[in-house]
Amino acid sequence: MSFTIPKNLEAELDELVTHYPVKRSASLMFLHALQEHFGFISNEAAEWTAGKLGLQPIHIYELVTFYPMFRQKPIGKTQVKVCRTLSCALAGAAEIREHFCRKLGLDSHAHVPQTTPDGRFTVEFVECLAACGSAPVVLVNESLHERVGKGQADEILALGK
Amino acid sequence: MPQEFKLILKHADEPGYTPDMGCYLKHGGYETLKKALQAPGRDLPDGKKLSPQEALREDVKASGLRGRGGAGFSAGLKWSFVDRRSGKPIYLICNADESEPGTFKDRQILHKDPHQLIEGMVLSCWANDVKLAYIYIRGEFPEGARLLNRALAEARAKGFLGKNILGTGYDLDIWVHRGAGAYICGEETGLIESLEGKRAYPRIKPPYFPAILGLYLCPTIVNNVETLCHVKHIAAMGPAEFARLGTPNNTGTRIVSLSGDVQRPGYFEVEVGKVTIGELIFHENFGRGLRPGRQLKAVIPGGSSSKVLKAGEVFQLKRKGADGQMAPVEVPMLDLPYDFDSLQSAGTMSGSGAVIVMDDSRSMVDALANLSEFYAHESCGQCTPCREGALWMAKGLHRLTHGDGRKEDAAYLAHIAQNIQGRTICAFGEAAAWPVLSFVKKFREEFEARGEADVAARAAAGSVPDSNRKPSPHA
Repeated sequence: MSFTIPKNLEAELDELVTHYPVKRSASLMFLHALQEHFGFISNEAAEWTAGKLGLQPIHIYELVTFYPMFRQKPIGKTQVKVCRTLSCALAGAAEIREHFCRKLGLDSHAHVPQTTPDGRFTVEFVECLAACGSAPVVLVNESLHERVGKGQADEILALGK
Repeated sequence: MPQEFKLILKHADEPGYTPDMGCYLKHGGYETLKKALQAPGRDLPDGKKLSPQEALREDVKASGLRGRGGAGFSAGLKWSFVDRRSGKPIYLICNADESEPGTFKDRQILHKDPHQLIEGMVLSCWANDVKLAYIYIRGEFPEGARLLNRALAEARAKGFLGKNILGTGYDLDIWVHRGAGAYICGEETGLIESLEGKRAYPRIKPPYFPAILGLYLCPTIVNNVETLCHVKHIAAMGPAEFARLGTPNNTGTRIVSLSGDVQRPGYFEVEVGKVTIGELIFHENFGRGLRPGRQLKAVIPGGSSSKVLKAGEVFQLKRKGADGQMAPVEVPMLDLPYDFDSLQSAGTMSGSGAVIVMDDSRSMVDALANLSEFYAHESCGQCTPCREGALWMAKGLHRLTHGDGRKEDAAYLAHIAQNIQGRTICAFGEAAAWPVLSFVKKFREEFEARGEADVAARAAAGSVPDSNRKPSPHA
């Protein structure tokens, strides 16, 4: 697969570089934009970023492997991030995750993100999403769902079907 | 009657209030900035003259404003440490990485009133000769980042940002920089590394005090979202008026995030120290008490890193008596005023202003296991005691919560925690150790009973060989 960056995306990234006195600073914002476009950070994307910012590929790989939001493999179309930290845990986050997993045939004991074989859903536990007053919360792609019960979890699944 | 006092959130939750420029202007937005930029400066009694920028810096100091991010350090003093003679540019970074478990106050400002933050930032930057500033927003706030970008574009279009702001010749730009899910980016030197495009490994101090060697090794100010909003209010109302809010040495308002086992969790802006922990939990205007039939068991008063408070604890606090002398007074936990100093005297902290309430249906062992897993996941891995210790504590607690505990696990956990605190580059070491130390100390019987029960159950079932035990997810 050849790696090409659409012209408008490259223009957007070139503009981002101008926000910083040192090019390297733009790397996190590059990775966000590339992941949004391609769905994950491929080796090609990492190396392209390094070249663009005048860095060695290791300077990008070390970011992709450090920051939890970046991934090196594609995931499901609908990404379900269930907050697992204390306030959400007290409000039943484990049951909600279990419910998602059971409905989707995923292993609720696994400690890593899991994707359905049809590529529609990825379910994972994440750390505090800073919405503890409306626990338990679930981030579905970019939208936050609050006070999620089983009914609302089913609605989320129906939307992603 | 204890009640909310809305300064920062005065408009944010009004019906019809929107996060756009038009709405902000209709509510008097950017008027403070306009006035401040035209201020003539100030003549001091000793004949010296302060520039208008110096005057605002002095006002922030005089207001008594303490940082709302966690450390509660004087914002004015922090600004006064900035090296203004280095000849290097001075940077300002807004820390919008809100990620201390239990905290969800900056989220409200960022999503509902981004222009208030921008006005506070422009004022703060102007007061400190900053020409380039960043908002470091956590990656999990994509909507917040979009709203901020839109608000910044609106501010540029109106001349509140960019070249020659409001015709004064002052140039400033502010850009949004997104994090990517790492808690350690909330630590200011880790944040700076992250903004430089690196792993967020905190820097050692000395020499890397941000005020001297911060972003790109230039003098840098890092302030929390709420703190920067307060700068706007200090500029608007004057430091004396601001300091009348709250209590001495604990001035102004702060937004408390209340979660856990209360009837009405949520965020409440209160005058600092005018409301007690008990009122936050039980009063009609705040948490409205516990679920029916439940008793209070524990309160985490200032984000997950603060030491837990146990129901029924009584503290010795120094209070000014009728004769004006400071004398020790006994204060029950629920009567502790929610401020920086009282909680510190009670051996904990108000941290990021996040109160997590737990009732008697909760297991302290399970709660601590949850938090320890958080710290094990979020340790950046730079310092050995934290990287290894956080994981050992999480593993120990995993055993204890999965039928594989021992009575001596309580002592074991405390032993590890003691060997982390004070032995790391940044305060994450303490953040990981303090919950363990305080939970184990204050609820020791519960930890030991859990371990003993595990031992008894294993004995009853016949000895379980290691290979049959559930593996820890960290193994």
